[in-house]
Amino acid sequence: MSAFWKANQRRLAPWLFLAPGALMFALYVIIPIFQSLWISFYDWDGLGKATWIGTANYVELVDDDSFYTSLKNNVIWLVLYMLAVPLGLLIAIFLNQTVWGMRVYKSLFFFPFVISQVVVGLMFSWFYAPDFGLFYKLIEWSTGTGVAVLADERFVTYGIIAAGLWPQIAYVMILYLTGLNNVAPDQVEAARLDGAKGWKMLWYVILPQLRPATFIAVVVTVIGALRSFDLVSIMTDGGPYGSSRVLSFFMYEQALSEYGYRMGYGAAIAVVLFAIMMIFISGFIWKMWRDESER
Amino acid sequence: MVQMKHRALAVMAALLMTGSAYAEQRVVKYNADFDPIPLAAMEALIADFEAANPDIDVQMTNFDHEGYKTAIRNFLTADSPDLANWYAGNRMAPFVTSGQFIEVTDVWEANGLNDALGSAAASMTIDGKKWGVPYTYYQWGIYFNRDAYKAAGAEEPKTWDEFVANCEKFKAAGIDCVTTGTKALWPGAGIFDYLSLRTNGYEWHMDLTAGKIAWTDQKVKDVFAQWAKIQPYTSANHAAIDWQDAAALLVQGKAANYVMGNFVVGVLKEGGMTNDNLGFMVFPEITPGLPRAEEAPTDTIHIPAGAQNVDDAKKFLAFVATADAQTKLNTALGQLPTNKNSTVAADDPFISAGFASLSSAYALAQFFDRDAPAEMAKAGMEGFQEFLVKPENLDAILERLEKTRQKVYQ
Repeated sequence: MSAFWKANQRRLAPWLFLAPGALMFALYVIIPIFQSLWISFYDWDGLGKATWIGTANYVELVDDDSFYTSLKNNVIWLVLYMLAVPLGLLIAIFLNQTVWGMRVYKSLFFFPFVISQVVVGLMFSWFYAPDFGLFYKLIEWSTGTGVAVLADERFVTYGIIAAGLWPQIAYVMILYLTGLNNVAPDQVEAARLDGAKGWKMLWYVILPQLRPATFIAVVVTVIGALRSFDLVSIMTDGGPYGSSRVLSFFMYEQALSEYGYRMGYGAAIAVVLFAIMMIFISGFIWKMWRDESER
Repeated sequence: MVQMKHRALAVMAALLMTGSAYAEQRVVKYNADFDPIPLAAMEALIADFEAANPDIDVQMTNFDHEGYKTAIRNFLTADSPDLANWYAGNRMAPFVTSGQFIEVTDVWEANGLNDALGSAAASMTIDGKKWGVPYTYYQWGIYFNRDAYKAAGAEEPKTWDEFVANCEKFKAAGIDCVTTGTKALWPGAGIFDYLSLRTNGYEWHMDLTAGKIAWTDQKVKDVFAQWAKIQPYTSANHAAIDWQDAAALLVQGKAANYVMGNFVVGVLKEGGMTNDNLGFMVFPEITPGLPRAEEAPTDTIHIPAGAQNVDDAKKFLAFVATADAQTKLNTALGQLPTNKNSTVAADDPFISAGFASLSSAYALAQFFDRDAPAEMAKAGMEGFQEFLVKPENLDAILERLEKTRQKVYQ
């Protein structure tokens, strides 16, 4: 026993250290992924007997208008959420100065990320609320008729995304602020001697050095956009008449909400959402792997 | 080793003996979802029951009302109590068909409940058997602001045509004729249910929610044709507000009528309305001569299949069904007893009006989301909301509902 250990200690130790984490990861992430895939082939209400129905859930999904509404909204989320990256960079650059009291301003800008998404959602629903909301009053004052953003299928998704962008921009800003701290002053100095300033300085000198920060910012923004469940649930509950649904909310609605309990159908939606996320995740992993093997 | 075994046996025996000293009190575990006021009322009822049955100890675990709807699915299969709260009608069907509730027809027969709880009997029956005992229900109807009626110079309507005609007057006075808050979807279904019950009658409405009638049927369109008459006079932003916000509109006199359940009275009175300016009317007749059916969602208690102490749980159900217990409980709840021999507080005009309206009703519907299966209910209520916002989409909505119907009831 101990001879075996002595001979193989170096080979075994990393695996032993990895074991607890790997076990948890397998138990709570890997296995459930395959379980959902499995459940998605059943018709099951979570209580009674599950019946194997093959790909019927997927066939139904393809024919379901709500699925396309959710998919479309997910795309809108992904595209518009990306605004958080340039806007966060803008604010970070703006705040990256040495002025008296700058720390206070920085923490004020960071504040929305600290408060819970539920609170953000509530604040924005009051902001948009008909009859007393600030935004509603502003629109009413400037155009004559108020618009209840969260009750109008044309604006509702954009209204929720605006609420989501507020904390997301703060998050990206913090990422860039730490990135800006690491920008090499000698390179900036050298660029200045060569006459670079303004946009050229930003584009050719600062941004390349911020690439790691940009990468992380894009990753967290994509993930944030795809799991945009809490704001939808708090602000509209998917409404009006389901027009602000996103895939994660649609899945919850079908599988776990008061009128749902179609576990198989919910699992099928989860599998589709997982497939979409997989595209991005493999993209990110591929990029990371390429960056590391270049070194 | 042998000695160890002996010792263990001795300890076991000692434990058993001390156990038997306490075993005189049998435990009934009860999982419930009461808000604070109903909780106090039920605790009082349990105290009465324990006083009458000193050998039974009812242990109630109270859940948050919304969380309960999810929790019940877990505890029924994992850690089953002896009694559990739920709702009548199709809402209990999933638990009945999956064998999670046990049949209590014997409790009904032994205690003469088929007669005493006659009005609620149909909604507790699946496959000719009873699956629980109802302890309270409440009426729906139209709550209205008398001050708003005065401001618009409108008279309290006697017929549907008068009700619709009034809307024009309210509009001229800048008041919403009908208010509702459909953010949570269900308030809109209350309006649909009444229009459906009044246009085509109880049997037709029950057939519709049971999936026997196509949503593209002409008679469904007739219901929506009636709805279209008041749709333009409904609060404009109803899809963005909750039912409490709509109640605020009624309190402020910005809206005149509100189709709601009796629980709205508490909110309206908190907002400052009194018995003088708050009125209640039964939803007016639309198709002349139809027997009047009403909406009365019923709250119930069931015995889960995994119950340990079924005998005492049945005793408790029988006790909850008695006229006296229901009188006391519902006086505290501010709702209506399901036992016809119970009495209601005469000094509350809304309770008395509701009791009169329900006890003289031809039949009682539960509510759209309790009469129709969950998936149909959800799709239906979304359709009602969309219709209220965009009545021009009606045909597309009905096509979609028909598609859902064919999927849900196979």
